[in-house]
Order: sequence, then structure tokens, then C-alpha cells
Amino acid sequence: MSESNQTDLTRRQFVGKGAAAAAAVTVAPGVLLYGAAEARNLDQPASSDVRWGMLIDTNKCDKGCNDCVTACQTENGWGGENSNEKNSSPEQKAQWIRKVELKDISTGHTQSLPVMCQHCENPPCVDVCPTTASMKRADGVVLVDRHLCIGCRFCMMACPYKARSFVHESLTDQKAHAPRGKGCVESCNLCVHKLDAGEGVTACSVSCTKGAITVGDLNDEKSEIAQQLKNHKTTQIRADLGLNTGVRYRGI
Amino acid sequence: MKKVLFTQTEGGKGFYLLLAILGAIIGVGLLGTFHMEHNGHWVTGMNQQIVWGIPHVFAIFLIVAASGALNIASIGSVFGKKIYKPLGRLSALVAIALLTGGLAILVLDLGRPDRLIIAMTHYNFRSIFAWNMIFYNGFFAIVGIYIWTMMEKRMNPYSAKVGLAAFIWRLALTTATGSIFGFLVARQGFDAAIMGPMFVVMSFAYGLAFFWLVLNASYRMTGRELGGVMTKRLKNLLGVFVAGALYFTIVMHLANLYAAEHKGVEDFILNSGGIYTTLFWYGQILIGAIIPLAILYYPATGNSRCGVTFASLLVVLGGIAQMYVTVVGGQAYPLVLFPGHEVSSTFADGVINSYSPTLSEFLLGIMGIALTLALVAVAVRNLRFMPASLADSVADPHSK
Repeated sequence: MSESNQTDLTRRQFVGKGAAAAAAVTVAPGVLLYGAAEARNLDQPASSDVRWGMLIDTNKCDKGCNDCVTACQTENGWGGENSNEKNSSPEQKAQWIRKVELKDISTGHTQSLPVMCQHCENPPCVDVCPTTASMKRADGVVLVDRHLCIGCRFCMMACPYKARSFVHESLTDQKAHAPRGKGCVESCNLCVHKLDAGEGVTACSVSCTKGAITVGDLNDEKSEIAQQLKNHKTTQIRADLGLNTGVRYRGI
Repeated sequence: MKKVLFTQTEGGKGFYLLLAILGAIIGVGLLGTFHMEHNGHWVTGMNQQIVWGIPHVFAIFLIVAASGALNIASIGSVFGKKIYKPLGRLSALVAIALLTGGLAILVLDLGRPDRLIIAMTHYNFRSIFAWNMIFYNGFFAIVGIYIWTMMEKRMNPYSAKVGLAAFIWRLALTTATGSIFGFLVARQGFDAAIMGPMFVVMSFAYGLAFFWLVLNASYRMTGRELGGVMTKRLKNLLGVFVAGALYFTIVMHLANLYAAEHKGVEDFILNSGGIYTTLFWYGQILIGAIIPLAILYYPATGNSRCGVTFASLLVVLGGIAQMYVTVVGGQAYPLVLFPGHEVSSTFADGVINSYSPTLSEFLLGIMGIALTLALVAVAVRNLRFMPASLADSVADPHSK
């Protein structure tokens, strides 16, 4: 009986692996690259060999579509209809990512695009933070250490992108991977828990049905994002500030 | 110059009544602070766009005035103007008290004031804010030693050197305070290197105005004589400082008007900014500079203690208006992320940000002023900070 079961299992494994191999051969190389991303050993510091970045193709970004914002809210537990900021006014509620509608004053051309922390190489928020709570990981992800943040809000004054939010009240029901709390500053963390787990994506990039958001390693020449950056003209918001952002835009 | 006699102020009902009034203001301020910190900042008017509000206006005003209040001592011991020497101790005391009041506001407004120890143990040396913390702590230490060298007879020979160190330190401190804003390169409302030196000159005016108000009130309350010679000296000094601050303000706005990228924010502050435009022209310029200058240089009012006191009060009010325009006005004007585009979003992109300060914010700010005055009152009661007389015969041996 047990022998027969063992045989069945082996056969199932064989079929499963065979199907996976067939899929790997036939499906696009981009998916293969995604599959190759590895989880980071959390006992080791992040590596500067990697620089995580994001490319947003504004040509594919629909006006009125808010999927990336909603996905970020669900993933990281902020805002939305069931916001845990019950007392804060709309002007006081946190916003990690927002859709901005643009209209060229001289031509009338309109565009829509998401704006969030741009994960600068030279982040002003990290420079001004008195306690080193604002920090940039070796792999380029800009974060706030909630144990060190004293809530002075100087980083919010310094950020050119209005990417940071201050929590104005006590919160409950936070996500384990996205700690949030009264009196501290927070912002887009590039879904660092997903990147560390080897998923190679963010909640917003997965949610975008138009494929407008690409996430990847800017340092890896073979990555999809690096290839797109190489082959197409892209822009940094406020490039004049020389911050070398990790988030780039196509079409603006 | 005659030997100046320093004495403590009298105790009695007047002293305790003053302390009770100041204590009550501090107590109410602390209640407001508890309300803010217990509930979180949602009970304030501050929001995601105006992150620094009324508490910061008061705090930065007091911190800037602190370094300016030390000027009288510096002029006496560093620049050797003997007539100012009797005021050196009080000048240094008011400086320390002002800094304490300002910092108390700043700390109590933090999102996590309970983590103050982190601010003292984790320094980011690239942060101008962290540098300020070093400057503030150093200021307490250096000015404390300075007071010691002035009050302790055997330390007197060192007072000029320590005074020089304190003078250099205070210049750096105010430059660094101004640079908190001047270094914010992304914000059109700030981003001006001139803000560092401008804050230094403003500190001269605000600090001296506050110092005069304390000096005048304490001499009136304790029945001590304050003669015309000293009044005239301080009046002249105040006039020059107020004119200097006005000059720097004009230069900063002219420089900004010259740069096309700053025209929007300049139009906002100078022309179309509502409360900010009103506070700039009527508060900072008219009440804070033009009227005080007229009072100080019109002989009938300039030579009277009442005139100088009124002018000083206006300079302080104008200074608070200036801080409001600089700190809040600079945030109210939207950040420009996409030049040449109209922008809109759910996060106030492209709109003038609104701010309605609440009572608790004002209470916290006023608490800082009350704390400053209470510290001065207690110190002059217990130590010999104040000359028994500043009559003309004491202040200036050549006077008749």
C-alpha cells in the first residue's frame, strides 16, 4: 500500500516537473528572469551589487486608473476606504503613492502617472535626518527606521517629491511587513519585503494590467528594466537636482 | 567708569505673582502639549503639506533671538565697548533662557518626544539639523562658562577670550539655523544661501528687541534706574540692526525675483498669497521694520524708554510674522515637480496648501516665551545678574 503510494507520488512529481520545464522553455524570457530572482539571506546585509529601481511608462498609464495606488494600500495597510487613520483629516492622511495628472500649459497635452518615493541615490531625506532614521540600503531602497525616527519631519521638508507622510494618530491593524505608527514618518518602501523574498516585483507593478510599471535591478544589464532604460529615452523627475533617482519615467 | 554693583532682585509678592502668572501660562501650554502628544498631531492644524506650523514659528524665533540677545555681552567684552559691560551678564542669561524656551517648544512638538535620547545618541553628521543640536548644546556650555567668567572675579581675565568663542559660536549657530531652510534646495520658497547670513542679521534685531523688553520691564518692576545714555545706545543699535534685517530681506527677494524659477513663489509671498502677503507687508515690513525705524529715529520717541519699548515690541511681533511667512508660507506654496505643467492629484499637488493652526499650537508656542521669562526671573532673583543701577552716572562717567 505504502509502496504504491510512493510510486504515485513520484509519478506526480515527474509530471509536475515536466510541465514546469515545458513552460519554462516556451514562455517569454522575461518570466525566466523573474523566476531566477533569489530571496535575500536576511542574516546578510543588502548588497550594493544590486540597485533596485522602477520604470514607469506613462504612455501605458491610464488617466483615472488607480490600481497601483489601491494595490499599495492593500499591500502595506494605509489609506483606502477602510483606512486605519480614523481621526485624521484628508489633508493629514498618509499617502505613499498618488496618481498625478499633468497638463502641458503651452500645448494642452495631458498625461497621468504615479508618483512615490523615487529612491534617490543621493536622497535629501537621508542627508537631513538628524538621527539616521532615514536611510538608504546598499541595494538602493530608501527606508525609514521606525525605531530611530523622532518625528521631526525635516525629511518631509527636504523631499522634492512630497513622497513622505507623517502618521498623525495611533494606529491598529498594521501589516507585519510594513510597520506604521503614530509620530513617525513613512513612505514607499519599494515593497522591500517582496524584493527580499526574491519576488522581484512590487504590489503596484503586479497590479498594473497595462504593464506600465517594471521593477528590477538597474545594475544587471540583462534585466528587463536595464534593457528598457538602455533602449528608450527615460526621464527622472527634477533631474536638475542631481539625485539620480531609482524611479524613472518614460514618456514625460 | 565707576565700579558697577550687581545685585539680586527682591523677592516679595511681586516676584511670586510674576512667577505664578508665568507658571500658569507654562502649565496651560503643557496641557496643550499633552493634548497634542496624547492624541497625535491630528488635533493640530498641521498636515502632510504644512508639516511645520505655529510651534516652529515660535521656536525658531526664540532660537534666533537667543543668539542675538548675546550680542550686548559680545559688544562689551569682544569689541571692548565698556558701556555695554554692565549688561553682559543679563545679556548672556537672556540668551540661554531664550534658547531653552525655543528648544522646549521644538522638542515638545516632535512626533516622538519620548525618543529625545535618540536625538542625542544617533547623530547624522550630514544633517544640518544634527549640527544644530551640537550648536545648541555647545551654546549652553560656552555661554554658561562666559557667565562664569563675568561673574567670578578671578575668572574675569578670561571673559574676553571666552566671549570671543561665544561670539563665533553664536554666528555659526544662527547661520546653521537659517541654513535649515536655506539648504532645502527642492523647495522654491526656501533654497537661498542668503538665508544663513540673513538669519544672523535678523537675530541681532530680534535678540536686542527681546533683551530691551526684558531689561526695561525688570528695571521698572524692581525700581532700578535706567538712564538716557544706555537707552540711547541700545536704541541706536536696535535701529541699525532693524535696518540691516530689512536690507537683507530686500536683497533676498530681489535675487529671487531675478531668477525665473522663483518668480512664482515671489508672486505668492509679495502679491497673491493672502495671509502670507498680508503678514509680509503689514507684519514683517511695516510693523516689524518701517514703524520701529520711524519711532527709533524720530527724536521725540527715539529718546524715550516708552518709545524704544514700543519699537522693540513691534520688532518682536514683526519677527514672529517674518517666521510665519518664511516657515509656513514657504510650505504653503506648492512644490514644483513638473515645470511648465498644470498638475493635480489626491495629495495636494499644484494647489496652495492650507493651514489653520489650533489653540494647542499657540499655547505651546506661548509656553516657550513664558518659560524664557520665568527662567530669567528666577535667575535674577537668585544670582547677581542685574546692575543695581544703570543711571547715566554709572553707565557713562562723562555724562553730566
